[in-house]
Amino acid sequence: MTRRLVYLTLTGVLMLTAFPLYFSVVVASQDNSALSQVPPPVLPGANLIENIKRVFETVPFDQALLNSVIVSGVNTASVVLFSTLAGFAFAKLKFKGRTALLLTVVGTMMVPMQLGIIPLFMLVTKLEWHDTLLAVTVPALVNAFGVFFMTQYLSEALPTELLEAGRIDGAATHRLFWHVVLPVARPAAAVLGMLTFLNVWNDYLWPLVVLASPENQTVQVALSQLRAGYVQDYSLALTGTMLATLPLLLVFGLLGKQLIGGIMQGAVKG
Amino acid sequence: MRTWLYKADTQLSPYVYISPFFILFAVFGLFPLGYTAWVSLHDWSLLSDEHSFVGLGNYSELLADPYFWNALRNTLSILALSTIPQLILALILAHLVNRPLRAKTLWRLGMLLPNVTSVVAVVVIFSQLFGRDFGLINWLLESFGLGRIDWQAGVASSHVAIAAMITWRWTGYNALIFLAAMQAVPKELYESATLDGATAGQQLRKITIPSIRPTIIFVVIVSTIYGLQVFAEPQLFAGGGPNGIIGGPDRQFQTLTLYMYEHGFNRGFEFGYASATAWVMFGLIVLAAAVNYLITRRIRSSR
Repeated sequence: MTRRLVYLTLTGVLMLTAFPLYFSVVVASQDNSALSQVPPPVLPGANLIENIKRVFETVPFDQALLNSVIVSGVNTASVVLFSTLAGFAFAKLKFKGRTALLLTVVGTMMVPMQLGIIPLFMLVTKLEWHDTLLAVTVPALVNAFGVFFMTQYLSEALPTELLEAGRIDGAATHRLFWHVVLPVARPAAAVLGMLTFLNVWNDYLWPLVVLASPENQTVQVALSQLRAGYVQDYSLALTGTMLATLPLLLVFGLLGKQLIGGIMQGAVKG
Repeated sequence: MRTWLYKADTQLSPYVYISPFFILFAVFGLFPLGYTAWVSLHDWSLLSDEHSFVGLGNYSELLADPYFWNALRNTLSILALSTIPQLILALILAHLVNRPLRAKTLWRLGMLLPNVTSVVAVVVIFSQLFGRDFGLINWLLESFGLGRIDWQAGVASSHVAIAAMITWRWTGYNALIFLAAMQAVPKELYESATLDGATAGQQLRKITIPSIRPTIIFVVIVSTIYGLQVFAEPQLFAGGGPNGIIGGPDRQFQTLTLYMYEHGFNRGFEFGYASATAWVMFGLIVLAAAVNYLITRRIRSSR
């Protein structure tokens, strides 16, 4: 295959991946009636501001954005912290039952948690968390993948000598954690944090089931409300889509390179 | 005193560090999953306080429901239509970028871009593209002299549309995973193959695929687990609402998760019945993983 053909193919692929997103901006900036023209519009129109206003009038989108930021933020922080703690213990500390417990983590990594949704709903109702942000936040505070990911990373990246030196200086384990482990874990923590933020931000089924009132909904649920309705208002729905996706794309543009590195690293070890 | 403290610290700390994960995971992950089995043996509904034990009653009712079999068929069809093209495209794409390239990061960012987009966003965007009257794809078909397709209405066409959404969102991500595995394959293998006059296609089939088999199996298992649980794509393709719950007016694209959702959270909150559905899905997923595992073993032993 010639080099030119490779670049040509890759450019084609890039256009295929970018086009639906570009087209959503086109639709979001048009008046809904403009979409029924033949041929359909392919360039952005002038109606974006108007559509954004309509999104905020139709659903409490600002509240939904705020809810999503809270839920995703809290879960990102907790997954990173608890995974690093557990990863440190599994990678570098000796304790009884270590192998068996680590196997449990690995074994449950691929178990489809979505199938436990009914008892989870019953549990959350019993705790009186139904229709509150607690219901979507607490169950996602930890996950097995995060623990596995940090264990893998720390067992290679964290020099045992560094920990021993700290021990000789009389540092307790929690001091070692804050002053030695956390700084070393930073690159992996950034990747895990990003993956977690993306997953929580994009989660749909569980928030849909458990959040009822409009003011408690997350961004994805609010978005699905814009899609519903008797008359399909695509410019409205796609404006919402754009607003919900834009923050992620910004983060992706800034940190995408590290994210790719992290996914590829995890793949080889995993 | 100091040695006592030191001992307590080194012996207890590991358990303190792993306990937040295990406690939260047990309560909100494993317990609900296991309890699903118990609930599935009861006539259990949100609306009544009595939960009478019915044994396997929910399961026999489930297996007698033609709509369940319809949902199973739809799920398997969408699974095949999305997973197979997705994996082939991802392999080819990974093979293409597994060479010295200019603007390396740009291509990789482009590959991951769809995966950053949320499922809900993807469905909203693609529902517009696949729209019957004003969709871009039908406009293209028509300008090439082909007829319009009412994508939502047909069984096959709606499955293709949903599979396209899944494929678009996951191909690049899987390609990155394949690429990572491909980079571990020794370069000398390719060099000598090139000297022997092997084409890129032959190198992909004869060197790359055999070398990264474990990764391929891993990706197949993960994609299968995802594919068996597809929910947002069919629900929102039908526009949410009552049609969304049943996967189109004729249930033409209702998947198993949608079927579970329909019974668990809409039709009188039949928790027992929906749990039986969940447990059957769990069995299917284990079965799919086991089949994949057996295939891996066979590949290993034949080598």
